[in-house]
Amino acid sequence: MTAAPGTDWRPVLAPAIVRRHDPVRDVDLLLLPERVGVLTGSAAAVVGLCDGTRSVPDIVDDLAERFPGAPVATDVPPFLERMRKEGWLR
Amino acid sequence: MTSADPSPARPWALLAELTHACPLHCGYCSNPLELTRRSHELTTDQWTDVMRQAGELGVVHTHLSGGEPLLRRDLEQIVTAAEAAGIYTQLVTSGVGLDQARLDALASAGLRSVQLSVQHADPRASDRIGGRRSFAEKERAAQLVRAVGLPLGLNVVLHRENLDAIDTIVELGVSWGADRVELANVQFYGWGLLNRAALLPTREQLAGARDAVERWRKRLNTGPELVWVVPDYFDGVAKPCMGGWGAVSLTVTPDGTVLPCPAAAALPGLDPPNIRDRPLDWIWEHSAAFTRYRGTDWMADPCRSCARRDEDFGGCRCQAYALTGDAARTDPACRFSPDHGVIRVPADEGADATAPVRRRVPGRSEGAATWV
Repeated sequence: MTAAPGTDWRPVLAPAIVRRHDPVRDVDLLLLPERVGVLTGSAAAVVGLCDGTRSVPDIVDDLAERFPGAPVATDVPPFLERMRKEGWLR
Repeated sequence: MTSADPSPARPWALLAELTHACPLHCGYCSNPLELTRRSHELTTDQWTDVMRQAGELGVVHTHLSGGEPLLRRDLEQIVTAAEAAGIYTQLVTSGVGLDQARLDALASAGLRSVQLSVQHADPRASDRIGGRRSFAEKERAAQLVRAVGLPLGLNVVLHRENLDAIDTIVELGVSWGADRVELANVQFYGWGLLNRAALLPTREQLAGARDAVERWRKRLNTGPELVWVVPDYFDGVAKPCMGGWGAVSLTVTPDGTVLPCPAAAALPGLDPPNIRDRPLDWIWEHSAAFTRYRGTDWMADPCRSCARRDEDFGGCRCQAYALTGDAARTDPACRFSPDHGVIRVPADEGADATAPVRRRVPGRSEGAATWV
């Protein structure tokens, strides 16, 4: 299968980002100087797969298996692209 | 949220003012006019406990600031305590005193990032504004931070003397390998208000600086993120000070006073609580100092009926008090404030080039307590 436009990269958290669970708010956070990103809903599961070895289609396949019926193929690539634009992923 | 809400949202950030001692004497210093003596500072154990309590309260970020936090010999232990509490640490420093051994020790303790102040891109101008030879040490500090691999931010307070130098300041940020350059227009309270006549830029200077920032943003595909902190005197719009009173962050001062913002100690009758007397969660949720201007119930008109009240939170309480004598009035920076003239007039007139800069001086009591 040929990768769709914008999916030919292997997302990984940008350097210096600290990812941790926030027990007070019970959410996963991405921490940078001056910035806090709150991973709500399925975002934590998506970001958890961004280890620099998986391509975007790999991530979509993995999530589709874990969350059958979820609109993974349509929602995840634009979400990853948005995270890249905001500097969380590269 | 209203001021009667028994459980406000938890704070995200802690400004830890570890000491007021500082090798620099900038004319816009954000420390209060009444500086805390070193002998009154919190101990290592007390700061360790502040970090533990802050983490339990929900704080995830701390700025380890001052004065110059490197003057605290126990800074590494305080970083360790923050890290243990799950709090991301940023050192806010002049760079003076940051050598390889110190940075290695801090990084080993878990320090996550460094924000370095620079007063100007021109070494002599930077030294003059900071009141001490320090530019070379700053350059060295930036190199060390890059070499150890921590994120590096530069903070440049902007005023009449450096607003025309945006191009060289951004070039400095690029050549020093900064991830972020914060171009922070000077705020006029405390020392800044005292020296307002010397610091105020002209509207032309500001317009030129704004254009320069826009040009650089278009030009820099990679390289530092440019952050422009707005000059509220000139825009006719109040800033959303601190993201709202007691809404997002808190400040602990060198002697353990807990404040909604670092300038709030100047407000009369605030009766700010101290971490030596009360737990941090009580202070955040119940102390009068934190509940007084939380939410929107305390507002009078024009804020009360304004569509922007949940965006700018009425602006800055400290500025309202400093310029009108009443901390509950609309921030005069807002064009809808009946007091807006007190800001518009000096903003239109600009700086007085002959005004001297009054600086904090060690060993003097007039507006500048001893710190040694």
